[in-house]
Amino acid sequence: MEQSIWLALLSTGVVAGTPILFAALGEILTERAGILNLGVEGMMLVGAVTGFMVTMSTHNQWMGLLMAIVAGGLMALIHAFLSITLRANQVVSGLALTIFGTGLSGFLGKDLIGVPLTDTFKPIPIAGLSEIPWIGDILFKHDALVYISYGLIFILWFFLYRTKTGLELRAVGENPAAADAAGINVFAIRYACVIAGGMLAGAAGAYLSLAYAPSWLENMTAGRGWIAVALVIFGTWNPLRAFLGSFFFGTIDVMGFTMQTIGIQIPSFFLKMLPYIFTIAVLIVVTRETKTRRVASPEALSIPYNREER
Amino acid sequence: MKLKRKYLFMFLSILLILSVAVVGCGGGKQASNAPAAGSGDKIKVAFVYVGPVGDAGWSYSHDQGRQYLVKEMPNVETTVVESVPEGADAERVLTELASKGNKVIFATSFGYMDYVEKVAKKFPEVVFLHATGFKTANNVGTYFGREYQARYLSGLVAGKQTQTNLIGYVAAMPIPEVIRGINAFTLGVKEVNPKATVKVVWTNTWYDPAKEKDAAKSLLDANCDVIAQHQDTPAPMQAAEERGKFGIGYNTDMSKFAPKAVLTSPVWNWGPYYVKTVKAVMDKTWKTEQYWGPMSDNIIDLAPFGPMVSEDTKALVAKKKDTIMKGQWDVFTGPIKDQQGQVKVQEGQKMTDKEMLGFDWFVQGVDGAIPSAKQ
Repeated sequence: MEQSIWLALLSTGVVAGTPILFAALGEILTERAGILNLGVEGMMLVGAVTGFMVTMSTHNQWMGLLMAIVAGGLMALIHAFLSITLRANQVVSGLALTIFGTGLSGFLGKDLIGVPLTDTFKPIPIAGLSEIPWIGDILFKHDALVYISYGLIFILWFFLYRTKTGLELRAVGENPAAADAAGINVFAIRYACVIAGGMLAGAAGAYLSLAYAPSWLENMTAGRGWIAVALVIFGTWNPLRAFLGSFFFGTIDVMGFTMQTIGIQIPSFFLKMLPYIFTIAVLIVVTRETKTRRVASPEALSIPYNREER
Repeated sequence: MKLKRKYLFMFLSILLILSVAVVGCGGGKQASNAPAAGSGDKIKVAFVYVGPVGDAGWSYSHDQGRQYLVKEMPNVETTVVESVPEGADAERVLTELASKGNKVIFATSFGYMDYVEKVAKKFPEVVFLHATGFKTANNVGTYFGREYQARYLSGLVAGKQTQTNLIGYVAAMPIPEVIRGINAFTLGVKEVNPKATVKVVWTNTWYDPAKEKDAAKSLLDANCDVIAQHQDTPAPMQAAEERGKFGIGYNTDMSKFAPKAVLTSPVWNWGPYYVKTVKAVMDKTWKTEQYWGPMSDNIIDLAPFGPMVSEDTKALVAKKKDTIMKGQWDVFTGPIKDQQGQVKVQEGQKMTDKEMLGFDWFVQGVDGAIPSAKQ
C-alpha cells in the first residue's frame, strides 16, 4: 500500500513533468544557438489553444498536435525575426511574445472554454516494458506523447553532442563571429533553432490541452512556461539533465497532494517555490564554476549578432 | 540601409505593442445585448465576473442567470465584464459601469467586496449586489445560496456509491465556504454510510485544471473511488473517469465532461434571484439585505443523476430534499461532532447562520487538516 503510493507519485511526476520537458527541450535548442526566448509561456498557450481547436474540428488529436507545433513555430518566428534580423533586445521581445500569446490564446479560445473534448491522448501501457517492476509503473504506463518526449531527449542529446550540425549550432551559441568566419550560416542556424524551439513549446501546450487535462481554459499553462525556462538553467543546457529536472519538478508539483492523502501537510506555496530555489542554487554553482565549461551557459546567449560590427 | 532598418524595427515594435494592447484587452471584453426597440421602461444592469463566461464553473453559472434575466425581462439591457481580477481593476470597472448609467450592478466574486463598498459610496443611486460577501450598505446588498444543502444531498449519493468507503474531496481554498461544503458533504456521506471517510486534499486554486487533476489522481491512488470537488474546472471529474471511478461535480452539470463518472453535481441557478432583484429595484421596493437563499428558492439544486445512480439512492435523496425544501430540517442540526469526537452542536440544536458562515473546523469523518493561516 505504502509502496504503491510512492510509485503512483513518481508515475504522476513523469506526466506532470512532460509539458515542461517539451518546452525546456525547445528552449535548450534555442538558447544553445545563443537566443534567449522568454516567450515560452505565450507559445505554449497558443499551442494549447490551436491543438484544442484543431482536434475539435478534425476529431484527430494527432492533427491537433501537428497544428499546435506549427502554431508554436509561427509564434517563435516573430521572436526570431525581431531578435535575429532586427537585433532587438531579446528579453523585451520574449516578454512581449508571452503577453501577446496569453492575450491571443484567450481571444481565440473564447468559445472553447467549457467545451468537452473526446479525442484525446489516452494512456497506452507499453507491452513488456510496463511489466518491469517499479520502472514499468513509473515510465511506461503513459500516453504516446510521454514516450515521444523520451525519444526526443536522446535525439536532441545525440544531435547536440554527436553530430557536425550540433557542433556548429553550439559554436553559433558560443561565438557567432568565429562560427561565421568558419563558414557557418549563423542566421540560418539561429532561425532554425528558434523556430524548432517554438514548435516544441507548441507541443508542450498541446500536451496540456489534449492529454494532461483535456480542455481549454484561459491561461491554462499557469506558469509552466516559466518553470521550463528555469528548467533549462537547472539542467545546465543539457537534454539529459533537463529530463531529470523535469521529473524532479513534476514530482514536486504533485508531491503536496500525495503528502496530504497520508496526513502530512506541506504548505503548497512552499512547494511552488521549490523549483525556483533549486534553479537559483544551480545558477550560483554555474556562475561560480565558469572554468568548467561543461556547465556554463552559452557564451553569446541573448547577445544579438551583428556581422557589420565584427 | 541601416537607417531604414531602424525605422522598420520601430514600426514593427509599435505594431507589436498595439496588437498586444488590442488582444490583451480581449480578456475584459464587454458584450451588450441590444435592447428591443420601443420597449417601455428600460433598465441597465451590469454583471462583473471573475473568470471567463465559459469557465464551466462559477462565472458560467452567473451568466446563465443573466441570460435567464434577459429572457424573462426583455426591457433589461445587460452589460457583462468578464475576467476582472479581484484587485484595483475591479474598482475601475465598477466605477465605469456605474457612471455609464447601470442601475443595478452584480459583482459576482468575494474579492470585489471592498471595491464594491468604495464605489457604492460614490454612486448612492445605483444598487450594488455582491455575491458571497458580508458587507452591506444602504445601496449594497449581498447574496448567496445555501449550497451546503445540495452538498449534503450529493454526499448521500457518494456515500451510497462508494465501495472502498473512501471518498476523495478536491478542496479549493481553506475558507469557510469550502469548509462548510466539505462538512455538509461528509454529513451526507455518514448518514448513509457510517464507515466511510472523506479524504481532503487542498489545491489552493480555483482554476488550474492540471493541478486539480493531479490532486484528484493522488486521491484515487490512495484508494478513493468517488471524487468530489470545489473548483471551477471539470479536471477532477476527468481524472475519475480515466480511472473508471466516480465523481461529484460542482457549479454546473459537469457530466458532459465525464459522462461515465459524474453521479450528480450541486448546481447554481441564479436566474430567479436576478429577476426578483431587478424587479424590486424597478418597483422601488428593493431594500438592502443579506440574502442567503435556501434550496426552496431554487437558487441551488442538484444536476440530473447519472445512469449509474440507483433508484434507491434517488428515492432517498428525494425524501431528504423534501424535508429541506419544506424547511422541516436543515443540514447542520445536532448532534454534530468534530474530528476529535467532541460534540460541537448539541442534539436538537441548529447552527446559526453566523456560525455556518465562519466555519473553521471539520466534522467527524473528514480525513484531512485545515491549513492554518500561515500556510
